[in-house]
Amino acid sequence: MAGWALFAHDADVGVRGSGPTREAAFEQGAIALMHAMGAGADVAPQRVVSIACEAPNDEVLFVDWLNALIFEMATRSMLFSRFRVAIEEGRLRAEAWGEPIDRARHEVAVEAKGATFTALKVGPQADGSWVAQCVVDV
Amino acid sequence: MDLSRLERISDFEWRLAPSGRMRAPGVIYADEALARDMDDKVLEQVSNVAMLPGIVKASFAMPDAHWGYGFPIGGVAAFDPDQGGIVSAGGVGFDISCGVRSMLSGVQRAAIGPLKERLAHELSRAIPAGLGRTGRIHLSDLELDAMLAGGARWALEQGYGEAADLERIEEHGCMPDARPESVSGKAKQRQRDEMGTLGSGNHYLEVQEIADIYDPDVAAGFALRQGEVVVTIHCGSRGLGHQIGTEFLREMVLAAGAAGIELPDRELACAPINSEIGQRYLGAMRAGINCALANRQILGHLARAAWARFFPQSELRLLFDVSHNTCKVEEHALDGERRRLYVHRKGATRAIGPGHPDLPEELRPFGQPVLIGGSMGTESWVLVGTAESERRAFSSAVHGAGRSMSRHEALRRWQGRQIIDELAASGILIRSPSARGVAEEAPGAYKDVGAVVRAAENAGLARRVARLKPLVCIKG
Repeated sequence: MAGWALFAHDADVGVRGSGPTREAAFEQGAIALMHAMGAGADVAPQRVVSIACEAPNDEVLFVDWLNALIFEMATRSMLFSRFRVAIEEGRLRAEAWGEPIDRARHEVAVEAKGATFTALKVGPQADGSWVAQCVVDV
Repeated sequence: MDLSRLERISDFEWRLAPSGRMRAPGVIYADEALARDMDDKVLEQVSNVAMLPGIVKASFAMPDAHWGYGFPIGGVAAFDPDQGGIVSAGGVGFDISCGVRSMLSGVQRAAIGPLKERLAHELSRAIPAGLGRTGRIHLSDLELDAMLAGGARWALEQGYGEAADLERIEEHGCMPDARPESVSGKAKQRQRDEMGTLGSGNHYLEVQEIADIYDPDVAAGFALRQGEVVVTIHCGSRGLGHQIGTEFLREMVLAAGAAGIELPDRELACAPINSEIGQRYLGAMRAGINCALANRQILGHLARAAWARFFPQSELRLLFDVSHNTCKVEEHALDGERRRLYVHRKGATRAIGPGHPDLPEELRPFGQPVLIGGSMGTESWVLVGTAESERRAFSSAVHGAGRSMSRHEALRRWQGRQIIDELAASGILIRSPSARGVAEEAPGAYKDVGAVVRAAENAGLARRVARLKPLVCIKG
């Protein structure tokens, strides 16, 4: 079962994604990032942006993935709501669907500055599901 | 925080003796209540910082310290390059040179009253704030590099602000040895549309009343007069700083092993000062500082233009502009000799004392203004740096109230609309594009800034000069 959650961190916010696969956990982690910003609802998947990144291990890859999304949001003035991730041998290829920020509809509380290595964890759980989480500086 | 591991040096100083891999003690400046309220993670992070190579004297935590990443927010640590000292991207943070500038109006609070709603509206239109809000300035590649090299000085040359501003900004408005070429294309791309923007989260522009004077002599020296109005801006280096932090944190984490640095915590990403990565980071970080200084100079200019539409006879004169996420090369007295140290202040403010040559002549008899933001809706403070502060923590002091609860918890407890209405009923107008953002920044989510600055004063870090009350708050 795939899902996302936010967890507490004093000044910033933790994002967590879980799912039956590593890729699903990454997708849910991205959804958690959107909710952390207050941008989880009402974002239409109108346009697609392709993202690619590469890292020596899954944990750094998760940080890179979130930071790539943060970069795209900042430079395209977009929000995203749907994600499809593929990971092979440390290389991530993804598509993120979203729309331009509409300040009348999208009440974003904070912008994400960057994903950090705080509380960073990516891996399988005892029940076989995957989790991916870290704290995001907002 | 469990204080049993600490030795009580005084009512405002707690010491963690070196143990294990700690190369220096930890020192926490706070009264007992503030210290007990700190998360245990603060002590863990103070201890971890003390393990880093080349650390000098101690790993410090200010009275507003709280859980950060790697370094605690409110953490201060200095490193000696001649002892293998390091520079840490985590010890500066993502919002490089986030800081505060306060401008004095000379206008009496009573004159604001009938105009407050219109003033709030005008300021919220004049100051681009919130996610997705771009600035009116779009820089070419060449202009961007010039800005990264020149800081507020560059902004002044473009017509933003006044020449007299520069001496009232740390580094006289321009951080030397900035290396725009060490800033990535992605960081520059992220900044292209963000010059002259406030950002979001805990960034703000506030119109404040000087409510109480605590040190009349210094207040007179700073031209702070009770009942007069001040305009204060809190923001940093925007997307460029964030991207620099992101990129170098990653690079330092991955390179630490090769540099022979055993990180007690991966979050303490760092590199030897005298290394290629260390030098490249310093060059980029300094460029980030210049970006923040330029940004606040532009925002100050925009605020002045809006202000002038209401008070054409009043000038907003810059009191001072401080930064609180930096690593600076400074000389400090240690064991009878002057040493050149790399001083990290992560959520901490420089607080140099009277007579310091880096102060402008007008302020030198008094010390550096230390501008402390409280929470939206409570109070802010002007402190002054002290000579004692150098001995205490390399001339460092607090930076703000510090959060006392997570954003998640704040959202659980408060609604943005409720906060806005309650503050309006007490005479404080909030303008924000996000009610949720207001809830996350609720006054109750922050520590008591009065207690924080009292502790800072009692610990010898900085001294209280004036208390400021908010009248209008433009939030990102």
